[in-house]
Amino acid sequence: MTNDFTIRAATVNGSGSQSSNLVLTHAILRLGVPVVPKNVFPSNIEGLPTWFDVRLSPKGYRCRSREVDILVALNASTWQTDVPDVKPGGAIVHDAAYQVAGAAQRDDVFYYPVPFTDLAKEHFAQGSPRKYLINMIYVGVLAHLLGIDAQVVEAALYDQFRNKPAAVESNMVAVRVGIDYAREHLPKRDHYRVEPMTGLTDGLFLMDGNRAAALGALMGGCTVVSWYPITPSTSLCEAFIQYADRYRVDPQTKERKAAVIQAEDELAAIGMVLGAGWAGARAMTSTSGPGLSLMAEYAGLGYYAELPGVIFDVQRAGPSTGLPTRTLQGDVAFAYTISHGDTKHIVLLPGTIEEAYELGMQAFDLAERFQTPVFVLSDLDLGMNLWLTAPLAYPERPFDRGKVLTAEDLEKLESWGRYRDDDHDGIPYRTVPGTPHENAGYFTRGSGHDEYARYSESSEVYQRNLDRLARKHETARASVPKPLIEEAGHPAAILAYGTTHHAVVEARDILREAGVQTDYLRVRALPLAKEIAAFVERHERVYVVEQNRDGQLQGILRSELPGALADRLISIRHYNGVPIDAPAIVDPLLAAERPAAAPALH
Amino acid sequence: METAPKTNVNIIGLTRDVYKGSPSTLCAGCGHNSITNHLIKALYEYGVPPHLLAKMSGIGCSSKTPAYFVEQAHGFNGVHGRMPSAATGAKLANRDLMVLGISGDGDTASIGLGQYAHLVRRNLDCTYIVEDNGVYGLTKGQFSATADRGSVLKKGQVNEFETIDVCGLAIELGATFVARSFSGDGKQLVPLLQAAFSHRGTAVLDVISPCVTFNDHTGSTKSYAYVKDHEVLLHTTDYISPKEEVVVDYEPGTAQDIELEDGSHVVLRKLDGSYDATDRLGAIRTIHEAREKGELMTGLLYVNTDATDLCERERLPLTPLAQLGESALRIGREDWSKLMSSFG
Repeated sequence: MTNDFTIRAATVNGSGSQSSNLVLTHAILRLGVPVVPKNVFPSNIEGLPTWFDVRLSPKGYRCRSREVDILVALNASTWQTDVPDVKPGGAIVHDAAYQVAGAAQRDDVFYYPVPFTDLAKEHFAQGSPRKYLINMIYVGVLAHLLGIDAQVVEAALYDQFRNKPAAVESNMVAVRVGIDYAREHLPKRDHYRVEPMTGLTDGLFLMDGNRAAALGALMGGCTVVSWYPITPSTSLCEAFIQYADRYRVDPQTKERKAAVIQAEDELAAIGMVLGAGWAGARAMTSTSGPGLSLMAEYAGLGYYAELPGVIFDVQRAGPSTGLPTRTLQGDVAFAYTISHGDTKHIVLLPGTIEEAYELGMQAFDLAERFQTPVFVLSDLDLGMNLWLTAPLAYPERPFDRGKVLTAEDLEKLESWGRYRDDDHDGIPYRTVPGTPHENAGYFTRGSGHDEYARYSESSEVYQRNLDRLARKHETARASVPKPLIEEAGHPAAILAYGTTHHAVVEARDILREAGVQTDYLRVRALPLAKEIAAFVERHERVYVVEQNRDGQLQGILRSELPGALADRLISIRHYNGVPIDAPAIVDPLLAAERPAAAPALH
Repeated sequence: METAPKTNVNIIGLTRDVYKGSPSTLCAGCGHNSITNHLIKALYEYGVPPHLLAKMSGIGCSSKTPAYFVEQAHGFNGVHGRMPSAATGAKLANRDLMVLGISGDGDTASIGLGQYAHLVRRNLDCTYIVEDNGVYGLTKGQFSATADRGSVLKKGQVNEFETIDVCGLAIELGATFVARSFSGDGKQLVPLLQAAFSHRGTAVLDVISPCVTFNDHTGSTKSYAYVKDHEVLLHTTDYISPKEEVVVDYEPGTAQDIELEDGSHVVLRKLDGSYDATDRLGAIRTIHEAREKGELMTGLLYVNTDATDLCERERLPLTPLAQLGESALRIGREDWSKLMSSFG
């Protein structure tokens, strides 16, 4: 098996295994083989088990694979449960101290015992680096077994430690210890190999979605960031800070064209965002489920008082604290209607690194165009895992600041009303504080207000205002990112969003080989674009695939599509906290399409 | 031909009427209405440009009052107890704005204690007024967290919990301007407000403001009668704008003249002969002693004119962030290409 398999490193959190895993990933990528790294890690600083999968996929699939071909077992506590996951014919590199017994004893896999601790003691001085270097030994062992040249690993070490040349040297010693040991003691018995490939990864590099979203915010003109650290969104604001330090600071004056405040909680984080948006700045916060729950009250004010702001929600597994380091698409329904009363928000659903960047940027335009909070829902899988991506495109369009009246505009107008629907699209005109005109001011409030922003408890005024907000939502329906559609007239279709996309891509190939052809629509925003209803109408069966227990998008589709169309929806759900894979779609879909056929492929 | 100078206008040529707002919908005799009137006077005399004033509030009787002054200014009625965060965002977005926060004792000391504390810690440049009546009005008379221990509600319930002193707390948290006053004492409140406007940093004013409907009875420690009997003035307060000359007409040692950040002065004529408003520990001691004696100590409790406010700390440019466009905010095309190739 060449270039098409999955390696799983089972290690202990805090042991430095992440560096080793990334060096291995970069080494394989350097050979031109498309890689899919997936980190399954604990909510812990040190000591709990962690797993890192590197999938090699010559077809360029970007979802995780369910099967494990090669296991690197460096965690005694999970040894007994990790071994059974390896596919027959697979290989297991393990600490020689582990007993091949019980569930860990199999006759259909190849074992490669390595005395990691002894090798480390032999080659490295006593001290903390030794612990970290043990993991680098495994990279050398694998490099030898898979046929990866030592020079390629060394180059990957430079990729990993580009700011720490000294680290390259010590780590390379560890890699060579592994290579030498494998050459002398581990004759190759399995059939896995890595060979150089061409044309598949040219110009691509690895990036995580939080970094891409931070770049989107930066290029989207965000100047005020208020955030409360929460896994898995923390690295989004940290990346923004890193780029703001580099690109927004005047080298002479040290002035900084970005304010970043670490808020006391998410109640304050969103308050600062909306206050800044009200005063005319582009502002954002990033959070995850528990933080989003805290933001609910101010989100309602943002909707009703019509204040721009961008909220990145990097979804994790809830409810409550849930699994903080596992992925889910569990906030879709909540974000769409977050806050009490009748509220409906604009929600963007990026599924790729390019979209994390582009929708992250576009969110600021939409927030100001529609004068409302915009939620960008990525997830832990997109936000924290590395994905192959092409370079992100430089934006060609200027900011869309929306309907903002200047002092000159006000001078020409006989009157204006903050919440008056002059253009019949539900979007009123606004002014920002500081506008030097005597008619600029108005009173922003979350209580009932009329077209002139005056306090009102009138039933008619209240209902008229709510109807206008609904009209604005309809206008947004035509402006939010359109769904992406692949259609060839098949009666069955798949509908998905976000990172589920990558499993759909592989699933459709598998289904095609099994004789089941599908069309495909990927939703990229709420409210649902009109094209979505039309797509459902053109299909007999639409499988709505998502990563939550309750079929949240399916629920939204059911409530918004005409009744007859809603009956065409069939929900497929995956919600165990690890990213969805192709079998999670293929198996239920095949069972539904061919109920009489043989058992599922997986 | 020379035009005669306009009369009845302030230094920026606006009449007092410009500083008025909609008619109050609060109860007749509410302390908050008096504070509104003192604010109108203070803002008018100070010459605040209405378009640069950002009136921020939360929820409650006090938080309604920004609608009752400076109609032309922008106002922001946030959610309960969360005005400080919105005020912080607004100021960061446009540092030219003069941020005036109006809150109440429930809004600040109960539901909003966290945001209040962190606003003070950050030393956001703003004036933060607590219209403090110790009671919830709109929900008809429950205790708030500033109610004094032992004070009695209209229907007889006694507050058994310790009071939260928003002034003492502010000083503890590093506040740079802390004053206490009384809604009925415009002579003291107006110059304190003007000094607060001039101060660069968070200026906290706890203004005892009796609730005539729910907390003005015997047994209340926030009633007109109680304040009348228990108020102790630390000093008399004069505010002298940067353009005016400081005329010394007091005996040496009897007044404290503090120059504020914009060149204005606040002159405190000492009544007890010893109070130093720049002594942080002394201020804390004074607040504690007054509480033990059951006195309502009013005046400028503490001021520090040598602190860094949030916008300075963030090293924000003088041009408001809200006014920066693509060329100032986007990475240049060449740098972008370099950044992208650095990932490869």
